[in-house]
Amino acid sequence: MGMTMTQKILASHAGLESVSAGQLIRAKLDLVLANDVTAPVSINEFEKAGFDKVFDKSKVTFVMDHFVPNKDIKSAEMCKQSRTFAKRFDLDNFYDVGSMGIEHALLPEKGLVAAGEAVIGADSHTCTYGALGAFSTGVGSTDLAAGIATGEAWFKVPAAIKFNLTGKLNPPACGKDLILHIIGMIGVDGALYKSMEFTGDGVSSLTMDDRFTIANMAIEAGAKNGIFPVDAVTEEYMKDKVSRPYSKYEADEDAEYDAVYDIDLAAIKPTVAFPHLPENTKKIDEVGDIPIDQVVIGSCTNGRLSDMAVAAKILKGKKVHKDVRAIIIPATQKIYKECIELGYLETFIDAGCVVSTPTCGPCLGGYMGILAAGERCVATTNRNFVGRMGHGDSEVYLASPAVAAASAVLGKIAGPDAL
Amino acid sequence: MDAKGRVYKFGDNIDTDVIIPARYLNTQDMNELATHCMEYADPDFATKVNTGDIMVAGENFGCGSSREHAPASIKALGISCVIASSFARIFYRNSINIGLPILECPEASIGIDDGDDVSVDFNTGVITNNTKGETYQAAPFPDFIKQIIASGGLLNSIK
Repeated sequence: MGMTMTQKILASHAGLESVSAGQLIRAKLDLVLANDVTAPVSINEFEKAGFDKVFDKSKVTFVMDHFVPNKDIKSAEMCKQSRTFAKRFDLDNFYDVGSMGIEHALLPEKGLVAAGEAVIGADSHTCTYGALGAFSTGVGSTDLAAGIATGEAWFKVPAAIKFNLTGKLNPPACGKDLILHIIGMIGVDGALYKSMEFTGDGVSSLTMDDRFTIANMAIEAGAKNGIFPVDAVTEEYMKDKVSRPYSKYEADEDAEYDAVYDIDLAAIKPTVAFPHLPENTKKIDEVGDIPIDQVVIGSCTNGRLSDMAVAAKILKGKKVHKDVRAIIIPATQKIYKECIELGYLETFIDAGCVVSTPTCGPCLGGYMGILAAGERCVATTNRNFVGRMGHGDSEVYLASPAVAAASAVLGKIAGPDAL
Repeated sequence: MDAKGRVYKFGDNIDTDVIIPARYLNTQDMNELATHCMEYADPDFATKVNTGDIMVAGENFGCGSSREHAPASIKALGISCVIASSFARIFYRNSINIGLPILECPEASIGIDDGDDVSVDFNTGVITNNTKGETYQAAPFPDFIKQIIASGGLLNSIK
């Protein structure tokens, strides 16, 4: 029986000729990742179990991104504990204030993940790297501690859902709208335990940034991972970032899928996920009149350069609505610098936005834009659960950078066509 | 190892931000986190729950973040077992890895009401509703997972 892309990567990392859905395997890992919230719990478990070495100091990566620059004394202690561990084991890839970025934007940018690799991260959005044709998935801190010590993890080989993409997105529709559309269609548990495999002629028209956004939100449909085939776009992206050999996997013709969806990219419209689940989607022209208090453009989902470019194009020469606070967060130092060079920062500041150093802060209600009771935010982030960005009675509407920027100007949820 | 206690019932898609909001994640003290467990769903939950009590929920329990603080805060609160129609996969792994017993059983999720007295036999996967006199069969853990639990968690099983 044929294998999916995910199954082929897992088989190769488990040293097996083939695997099938449901099979339990132990796989070798190419990279393990934790952040300032999850690394300390992993370190405690690692130390409690009595481990005294890491499996490979070049493959254990910590990124301080959730509550940094530290928002309070407790988060400073967590970074200190992570820093101490990184020094003790001389980790090659410890990213602290000054070098850090939002982890899932930073790792691909640094070439730390390549096609065909297997990665676990103690952060649910680790599935982002499927955009590169890698298998990557989120785990908890204990799984990660085991990964740090052994370089291996156990997996149940997932079944798959195939998304056969055709045609081309019509701007302002983008990758965010596609993934919101898909989650709206299959639900927040529509891909539970499964891999979401994106394939078809339409893939070649998607930029890497679009693919990162789409794979990033596979978890919001409950998926174990989301994955794209490796094509010329992927190889162009990796060209100046990855110097080691990598592997390209394609699904077999006779690979089995639990479901196949055909999606015409040209039919995708700007889409907004209403509170309090990412599956509560509406097309922009069905939204109605919803005034807002805040806009956040950033996160591991939509904080990349092309997201900043879209926002800057819309905000150029305009002013943020007087009732709206607009917070823009380029995801990495490199993206931040490119925003300066391209004049985006000036555009944002002239429009009345604030621009923050890279941080996950507001996305998970940590800091840098917490909502009061009754407030509404349009965010390019990935979750709109109850209380996700602050008070339990606040609301988050998930959207693309284009919709978020247009909403910031208009003071209500709207697409750029309404400007 | 078995469980017996009063049931607290929740709905579908209980996410990890409901189980433990991220703004509390600046501590790793699970007993402190436990005082905020489920506060968006039921502000009094942490104070009224007794050691040994059981949580029952619908589909996709634990969806969202990978934070191990979620099952750990439930465990620290003294909850003896979580039963749901289905679990989000990272939450499922985390629970096994830290030794919080969880069972998938749609029939139990439908049949059990808030306040029912329920017993669970982890060996057989039989869930008994003492209040209603009903039993439900959950799939017992696969051997691979039994081995992790018997070793006292994932890290002990690989050492």
